[in-house]
Amino acid sequence: MTLEERVMELIIEQLDITREECVPEASFLDDLGADSLDLWELIMEMEETFNLDVDEEELQKIRTVQDVIDFLKSKGVS
Amino acid sequence: MGAITPLGNSVEDSWRGIRAGKSGIAPITKFDTADFDTKIAGEIKSFDPLIYVNKKERRRLDDFILYALAAAEMAAADAGLAGFDGEKAGTVIGSGIGGLATLEKETLILRHTGPRRVATFMIPSILANLAAGHVSIRFGLKGPISSPTTACAAGTNAIGDAFRIIQQGFADLMVAGGTEAAVTPLSVAGFNAMRAISTKNDIPEKASRPFDQERSGFVIGEGCGLVILEELTSAQTRGAKIYAEVVGYGLTADAYHLAAPPPGHEGAVRCMKNALADGNVRPEDVDYINAHGTSTPLNDLYETQAIKTVFGETHPLVPVSSTKSMTGHMLGATGGVEAIFTVLAMRDGILPPTINLDNPDPECDLDYVPHQSRTRKIETALSNTFGFGGVNASLIFKKFAEG
Repeated sequence: MTLEERVMELIIEQLDITREECVPEASFLDDLGADSLDLWELIMEMEETFNLDVDEEELQKIRTVQDVIDFLKSKGVS
Repeated sequence: MGAITPLGNSVEDSWRGIRAGKSGIAPITKFDTADFDTKIAGEIKSFDPLIYVNKKERRRLDDFILYALAAAEMAAADAGLAGFDGEKAGTVIGSGIGGLATLEKETLILRHTGPRRVATFMIPSILANLAAGHVSIRFGLKGPISSPTTACAAGTNAIGDAFRIIQQGFADLMVAGGTEAAVTPLSVAGFNAMRAISTKNDIPEKASRPFDQERSGFVIGEGCGLVILEELTSAQTRGAKIYAEVVGYGLTADAYHLAAPPPGHEGAVRCMKNALADGNVRPEDVDYINAHGTSTPLNDLYETQAIKTVFGETHPLVPVSSTKSMTGHMLGATGGVEAIFTVLAMRDGILPPTINLDNPDPECDLDYVPHQSRTRKIETALSNTFGFGGVNASLIFKKFAEG
């Protein structure tokens, strides 16, 4: 499974959305019905899965599914 | 009306169990009871929350909230909950404890993995008022909202308060009752430490035996019972199904002891008397009493004495039963569920039994409808619940007569 696929799977499960909705450009808040608590919960799940820490400042930059993938890559996750 | 109980996951399934005198008590499956003195409870069985919530909600909500959403959906379907004014509709759902299972789980995470791993949705899953919160959000109930946390009286307290809110004109429609999901290691250990719950693990269905000589503490149960109360013209305009009328409510404190009732239970005496006066009902008009009847040595004796004080002179033969003999004690949910059983007893003309009353305590000498349900026309009925903190709550229901 590629990193993209793993991330998408996690997002689909966490936010209870369909595979079709989970496109790279989808915005968590505007397109996927998530609120800030949903986002924090998702990030906690990512931290656990990929064994890293995300700080408040980094979270502010995450708006879309692609942002999560890019962020994880920047942290050296593959 | 909507309910989920140890006897079934709907009002009618639960009521069928009651009519048949079935026990919902069984060995605990929710956790390993190897080290526990008590190994039995009235658990909810094969409940599928996904009928009522999506996966995201199921993951985030404690069972006490899931049960309330399920019961609210059932009640809404039953009452045809549509065409009401949201700002004149409210929610009063009580819970004795709130999201204890979630609190226990997250405490262990805090201890073993650290504060950063504590779940985002822990706080909104444990707060006792969040059952009411979620129900109000789902149905757009924008009027008064509250959550009595009056222990085992919470469900009755909730319905009584909702009744008052409608009576005083602050709302036309209220979703009210109680919910509880506290069959957890910490709660069972805690009730064991108080010596409050039965340890008769060998024959689980025999452990809850109100008014019997061998009674040895209550059996913890879980569940939810919600009713929709509505101002009469509002209900008639909407064409809602009307089961019964709430006519009287009593709420008193013992101001005596945190857990034990006083001999003679004068707090309960005043509570029942207040409810009777509130509804302009004479004791001799009451055809059935759904007792608190927990199966603890003190409650059953002192509740019997209180009933005799109120009814003994004019109505000594009033039938009294404890449906907790079948459901166990659902703590904060119990008043909601027992209000429903009381109303169905009136609808069907059936006195629910007190099962396991094999050797009646000589000092408990009322007609407890032992073993089997009985046919009887019931026009007016009273439901009692009492809770830790010395709180007593009674409701009186009347069969609804058109015109």
